[in-house]
Amino acid sequence: MSTSLYAWPAGETGYLIDVPETDPARVAQGLRIVAGRRRIELVDVVPGLSTVLVTLARPMPPGAFRALLAEVESEPVEDAADTGTITVGVRYDGPDLDEVAALTGLGVQQIVEIHTSTGFRAAFSGFAPGFVYLTGVPAVLRVPRRAEPRAVVPGGSVALADRFTAVYPRPSPGGWRLIGSTDMQLWDDAADPPAAVRPGMTVRFRQVA
Amino acid sequence: MLHVIHPGLFTTVQDEGRPGHAYLGVPPSGALDRGSFHLANRLVGNPSGAAVLETTVRGPELRSEASSVLTLAVTGAPAPVLVDGRPAPFDAAFRVLPGQTVQVGAVTAGLRSYLAVSGGLDLPPVLGSRSGDVLSGLGPAPLEAGATLPVGPAGLVPVVDYVCPPGVFAEPVLDVVPGPRAGWFTDAALGVLARTAWRVSPTSNRVGLRLEGAMLERLKKGELPSEGTATGSIQVPGNGLPVLFLRDHPVTGGYPVIGVVTRAALDLAAQAAPGTTLRFRVRGR
Repeated sequence: MSTSLYAWPAGETGYLIDVPETDPARVAQGLRIVAGRRRIELVDVVPGLSTVLVTLARPMPPGAFRALLAEVESEPVEDAADTGTITVGVRYDGPDLDEVAALTGLGVQQIVEIHTSTGFRAAFSGFAPGFVYLTGVPAVLRVPRRAEPRAVVPGGSVALADRFTAVYPRPSPGGWRLIGSTDMQLWDDAADPPAAVRPGMTVRFRQVA
Repeated sequence: MLHVIHPGLFTTVQDEGRPGHAYLGVPPSGALDRGSFHLANRLVGNPSGAAVLETTVRGPELRSEASSVLTLAVTGAPAPVLVDGRPAPFDAAFRVLPGQTVQVGAVTAGLRSYLAVSGGLDLPPVLGSRSGDVLSGLGPAPLEAGATLPVGPAGLVPVVDYVCPPGVFAEPVLDVVPGPRAGWFTDAALGVLARTAWRVSPTSNRVGLRLEGAMLERLKKGELPSEGTATGSIQVPGNGLPVLFLRDHPVTGGYPVIGVVTRAALDLAAQAAPGTTLRFRVRGR
């Protein structure tokens, strides 16, 4: 069996899969399905921007892992459970809104229109529990991070940086440009799953008063 | 119930951690020196994953407010243990009566000790774990004076009296498997990693060991997009000085990982105090 996905060793029981052309969240979902069918115990499957890190409960030789990957590639995951769309209500009242307007040459209303009319893709989590990097930011809306990060970004802040947009689920330090805020609770320790937005989902923003 | 008279230098509640949630941005967390953690629980008759205290350099002073006799054990970095001021054994179980105090002093080698109590620490779990995670803030906060630690009902009568402790090494040698981004470094970099006597920086914590000693030179200079990092990853940021990720490490990182240390080596890394010299032994997988 051959596969276009390449896996690098990542410790005794892990592999880092390069996912150059396809969607890491989709490969991650495919891996869970195939591993479940073959009763291979996975500890963690972590999508990145163009990779998937897999940690297995037991070591697996590279040849066997390649065979598993080939199966993943031929696995249709259209009906995957962990997808779906979530709409987040946003007040566009962020302290960096004027700066973003200056950097992009857009008016505030144009920024709001572009941000609310785009379907973003939840690509991967990181940085903090429930912090999800949303891709699909149109080129006109791409702004660099702040030169000096804020010591505290309020929870619920909606932000832009480079190719990503995101919602800070809880107060934390952060260097992204804050364009708005939401009352929606995106992280709940007691919920299962605790994160409202998970890799593979589509996220839309809606302006609220 | 245990009452915290003094928290020690930095003491956290730890169990097996919360693996399986990394895709939501949740670090694995959990006890850093697994061998010592499991031994402490065995000595007091707990299931191997029960929550214990993980100390750093100097342990806490606690008073038993339980209604019955508790069985305790301290393992890991060797330190004097006192019950009401009298010496108690290390790496072995001992009894504490209601009202008695337990004191874990400063370590004589290594960095982290593990204090287990029969019944385990019964704090509310978060995502299935009672581990305090210093990076994400999930789980119980580090110990503070005046806090109380609920203790669960003791299960089995301890059957293990003594087990040969894993020990703490003055100059540990950590096995490392190359990859996943070894190809981003010069051919010489793995040799430098293996030859250098690395010094553990005082800025190290449960997130990772910051190491000083040599520059690991990169071949590919470009930016690495954020990708998942395994526990034990040796990540090399722009300054060329490696960081060995321990269990509270970030889920994704933006710097290349030259190698990942083995699970056994992680226990050694957990006991590598600031100033310790450690070495890496590069091996095939």
